[in-house]
Amino acid sequence: MKFAVIRFPGSNCDQDCVLALNAIPGASADFVWHKDTSLAGFDAVVVPGGFSYGDYLRCGAIARFSPIMQAVKSFAASGGTVLGICNGFQILCESGLLPGALVRNKGLHFVCKHQHLRVESTNSRFTRAATKGQVLNIPIAHGEGCYFADDATLAALNANDQILVRYCDTQGQTTEASNPNGSRENIAGICNPKCLRPNAPPRTRLRPRPR
Amino acid sequence: MFEPIGNETLRTMKILVNVMPKPSVLDPQGAAAAEALKHLGLAGVGRVRIGKIVEIELPDNTEESEIHRAARELLSNPVIEDYSITK
Repeated sequence: MKFAVIRFPGSNCDQDCVLALNAIPGASADFVWHKDTSLAGFDAVVVPGGFSYGDYLRCGAIARFSPIMQAVKSFAASGGTVLGICNGFQILCESGLLPGALVRNKGLHFVCKHQHLRVESTNSRFTRAATKGQVLNIPIAHGEGCYFADDATLAALNANDQILVRYCDTQGQTTEASNPNGSRENIAGICNPKCLRPNAPPRTRLRPRPR
Repeated sequence: MFEPIGNETLRTMKILVNVMPKPSVLDPQGAAAAEALKHLGLAGVGRVRIGKIVEIELPDNTEESEIHRAARELLSNPVIEDYSITK
């Protein structure tokens, strides 16, 4: 499985992504420069973290206009898998591929630590190897990771099983104290409806699960 | 302001796009500034919100709808921000 890792001016987690993906048996990853216009030959796309375009205007707002983002949008629209991490999540929201937006952390501080997440749905291609309610402990690092969406959007995300992980404590409780940035409903990760398992193209479903 | 373009002159205008976080969105910067204003000794400080102003030079004959399009699709994010336009 071949991953494209998009590289914007200001991306700084792109090398980590390539390193991590190349460590998965059967997977390989290559950088794709933001001025490129094609994703031909790639099976999945990762939009990595960092500070694309210096976070000017709003995080991810300028990156949305990069030539490669047109290809990423078409790729996603045709059912391709796109994963946005950190600034990549912001870019996907700004591009309209995901609902909502990310704003400044509630506590104003840049948060860099290990954080517990509870798996809310295993109904997506991103979380199908996990079990519902499983508590993961992963590193987080962001200054603008407070997820915001209006009530109607939140209701739709909940109803459609699009909320994949929420911030929680060691026991899996989604308390206010365990919310590192003020995200609404402790939301840490979402997907769009195309990434829910029933809609996943067979091509994707037949791939071996990354371990 | 007149800028010669070829044999013609083009009148330009400055417009201000004021972008503010929606009332329902957390504005921790505003909250921090409110605290600082109290420390400064300013009496009766209420809610403080921090937004931004974008000043753009444009040809005088730019369609109003085009300015709104720019404000809506790039300069603000309608999910979290409201905008207004001052000419």
